[in-house]
Order: sequence, then structure tokens, then C-alpha cells
Amino acid sequence: MRRYLEIYGIMLRNSVIREMSFKANFILWMAVELLWFLGQIVFIEVLFGYVDRLGDWTKWEVVLLVGTHQLIGQLFQAFFYANVANLPELVRTGKLDFMLLLPVDSQFAVSTRQFGMDNVVNALVGVGIVIFALAKMHVTPGPLQIAMYIPAVALGVAVHYSIMFALATISFWIVRAQGLIYGYYNLFNIARYPDSIFGNGVFRFVFSWIIPVIVVANIPARLLGRIFDAPLPLLAHLAGAAALAVGLSRAFWHFALRRYSSASS
Amino acid sequence: MNLRKYAKVFDIGLQNTFVYRWNFLMRALFGLVPLAGTVLIWRSIFRERGADVAGYDYRAMVWYFLLTVLVDNLITPTEDEWQIAADIREGQMSAFLVKPMNYLGYRLSLYGSYRLLYTIVTLVPVAALIWFFRGFVVLPASAGTWGLAAVSLAMAGLIQFFIAYALAMLAFWILEISTIVFILYSFEYFLSGHTFPLDIMPVWIQGALRVLPFAYEMFFPIAIFLEKVKGAELWSGLAIQTGWLLATWLTAYGMFRRGVRHYQAVGG
Repeated sequence: MRRYLEIYGIMLRNSVIREMSFKANFILWMAVELLWFLGQIVFIEVLFGYVDRLGDWTKWEVVLLVGTHQLIGQLFQAFFYANVANLPELVRTGKLDFMLLLPVDSQFAVSTRQFGMDNVVNALVGVGIVIFALAKMHVTPGPLQIAMYIPAVALGVAVHYSIMFALATISFWIVRAQGLIYGYYNLFNIARYPDSIFGNGVFRFVFSWIIPVIVVANIPARLLGRIFDAPLPLLAHLAGAAALAVGLSRAFWHFALRRYSSASS
Repeated sequence: MNLRKYAKVFDIGLQNTFVYRWNFLMRALFGLVPLAGTVLIWRSIFRERGADVAGYDYRAMVWYFLLTVLVDNLITPTEDEWQIAADIREGQMSAFLVKPMNYLGYRLSLYGSYRLLYTIVTLVPVAALIWFFRGFVVLPASAGTWGLAAVSLAMAGLIQFFIAYALAMLAFWILEISTIVFILYSFEYFLSGHTFPLDIMPVWIQGALRVLPFAYEMFFPIAIFLEKVKGAELWSGLAIQTGWLLATWLTAYGMFRRGVRHYQAVGG
């Protein structure tokens, strides 16, 4: 464990150095994410011009949800996105060979090489929106809510990572995998919607348990901003779904590795 | 101009795309998830509101979004800008410069074949979707609407293509174009009618959108098809769209000419 932390520390340093040498790019990426985020706020603004609430969610609760989704999504992008997105390319070119030869866990090796600093800034924007929404709702979360929100956010990041990692692992079978990255964005597109719009049918079950994108941001947002919801079952649901996603994606990775034959070079 | 060579490029494009059919299928499949989300959020809004939203009821809204999916498949370039930028960055452009072929024509042929194949592959899921919502389908009352919508759709596709092409040309000057592409994407995504029909926005924004190019990349042909724009508004809209078509074409063409002069054939 200690060794892994040390290795991670070195890679983190390298990433920061690399990013700081492309400052214009760094600022532009921040601008991209900010624009997307602003677009979402405009979307909420337009929707709530026509209604006062969506299911049991008020406007500022939805803003809290979108801010939470931003925080979780950006933390995932900071730690893992660039690495996992690069996996299909490693498989296609056969560069994965070198990662497998490293004396560390293979999943760790492919998942942690780069760290996105710009995403950290955008995650902080998410935190700002969350605080702003809480103020508008006149809700001050107690230490207990915050103590549940932080691990819930971490579990959300784990779900993001597992789903994208499983998608990227499909590249062992499919050569060109840009479609898979597109798949990640499509799946998480519904993560920023309030859970109450999904009804209680098959759709909600599938996306709450099997591909648990609905619970990723909804449960942390409920834990933080809605003190009257029963917190423990919610947290247990998220923890269970995250554990399942992490376990299954790791099993899938090992299964895929066994059929890796490297690209002829 | 010899059109046969461009027909050949079209054919190569078809074959190239077919090699990656799984990629295609995944895109078509995953693309359904946001659509389901959109339908569900509007269902919830109409339930809550119990009235129309700017002239749309629930059925009309769902039909609008089905049309956006169809139009998206038909005309939105998917990987063209990345491929063009890669041609420039990796020096492949040298090979085209010595060939008796217009690069814009070459790219347009590839774009056409990608779009054709994409539409065919996604026809089954899209047809299934439309069948599923068949009660919501409202076809234009007059035959002329079909023609006008088709013309406007073709122009929308060309505008999208020329914008993608012009952006990719930036690769002649800068190494990394993805940030600029994504900045434009975000404007297109929210202002072309992907996220919601533009006529539910506040009136002053609609006024601004009438002169900007984004609405003419997707919303306008759909609005014609739904017979939401009529009369003088329709003709002035078509005129503005034609203006944007010319402007984006000239930009694409001019950027290429200037870019080639700047080109250094690194790695060629």
C-alpha cells in the first residue's frame, strides 16, 4: 500500500509539471468545462420557468444536484479520465505490453498515470455551486450530513471510474473504441437529472443497480441537502452499487487481459 | 470536374466505416440513454404543469426530440474534424497536395458516405423508436413543407460540415485543436436545439438566435418540418441560412488556402 502511494505521488508530480508547461491549454480546458456547466444551469433556468418543482425536487435542490454531479464528474476526470480514455489506444498499439511488465497491479498501472489539474479547479466550481444552492435553500448541513456527503462523493467517483473502465476494457474486442468513450458521456448524461423523474419501472432499476448512474449524484445530493430523507439506506444503496461496479469491472479487466495477444509490432 | 474519383472516395468511406461497425452500433445504442432521460424529464414537467409549454404538449415535445435524433444521425459530423486535424498534424496532407484532388471535395465525399452509412445503420433503432412513439408522430400537412424542410436540412448539414472543416484547419497553426472544438460544441449543443426546442426560450434570446448560425445547424429545418415557421418568417429564415452557408463555405475554403501556405509537412 505504501509503495503504491509513493508511486502515485511521483506520477502526480509529473502530471503537474507537464500541465504547467502547457498553460494556455490548461486555461482553455477550464473554459470548456465551465461553458458546459453554464449551459446546464441555463437548462435548469428554462425548465423551472415552466414548473415550480420536479417530483419532490425544487429548483435549488436540482441546482445542488447538478453542482454535486459536477464535483463528482470532475474529480473522476482529474484522477482517472485521461488514463482510462487512453486504454483503447494502448491496446490498439500494443503499448499495453509495457504497462503489464511493470511490477505493480496492472489496473493501477493503466489507471493512474496522469492527473488533470484543470479538473480540480472545475470540481471547486461544483463545490461553490453546491454551497450557493444550499444558501438559496436556507439549509445548513450539520457535521453528520457533511460526514456522509464526503464518502458518498468518493463512492460516486468510484462508480464513474468502474463504468468507464469497463467500457474501455471492451476495446480488447473492438478495435476502434471512440464509441465507448462516447458511451460514457451518454450514460452519465442522465446522472444529473433528479431521480424522481424516472418513475419506478425497469429503467430506474437498471440504472440504479446494474449501471448505477442515477444514484451517483442523486444520493450524495439527498444526503447533503435533504435532511428529512432517511440517510442510512441511501448511503448503503450507493455503497452497495459502487462495490458491485468496482468488483465487476475488475473481474472483467482480468478476464479481458487473459485474451490480450498484443499488437504485432 | 471529374466526379468519378469523388464517388470512389465515397465508396472507400463506406468500406472504412463498415470495418468499424461495432463502434457504430455502440454509438447508436448508447445514444438512446440521453433520449430516454429527455423523454422522462419532459414527462415529469408536463405532469407537474398540466398545460402546454410554449405551444408544445408532451406528445409534440417527444416528437421534436425524436426528430433531433434523426437529424443528428443524418447530418452531424462525428469524427471528421479529428481526422482532418490528424491529416494535417501527421503530415498526411502532403499526399493530398500532390494529388489532382480537391481536399474539400474529398472530405465532403467522406462526410457524405459516413452520414449515409450511419443513417442506414441507425435506421433500425430509430425506426423502432418512432414506432414505439407512433401515436406522437405528426407529419406535415402540405407537400411543399417536405421539400422546404429537405432543402433546409441539406443546408444545415453543409453548415455543420463547413464549420467542422474550418475548425480542423486551425491544426495548420496550432498543435491541439480539441479545446477550441469543444468550446464550439458547447455552443452548438445548447443553442442549436439539442437540449430543448429554441422557441421555449425567453423571447430576447430567440431574437439573438435568429441571426446566429447555431439555430440553422439543426433547429430551423425541424421547425419547418413541424410547420412552426411559416410565411415571411420562413423565407427570411431560409435567406439567413443561405447566408450562413456561404459564409461558412468561404471560411472553410479560405482557411485551407491560407493553411496550406503555412504548412510545413512535418513527418511527411
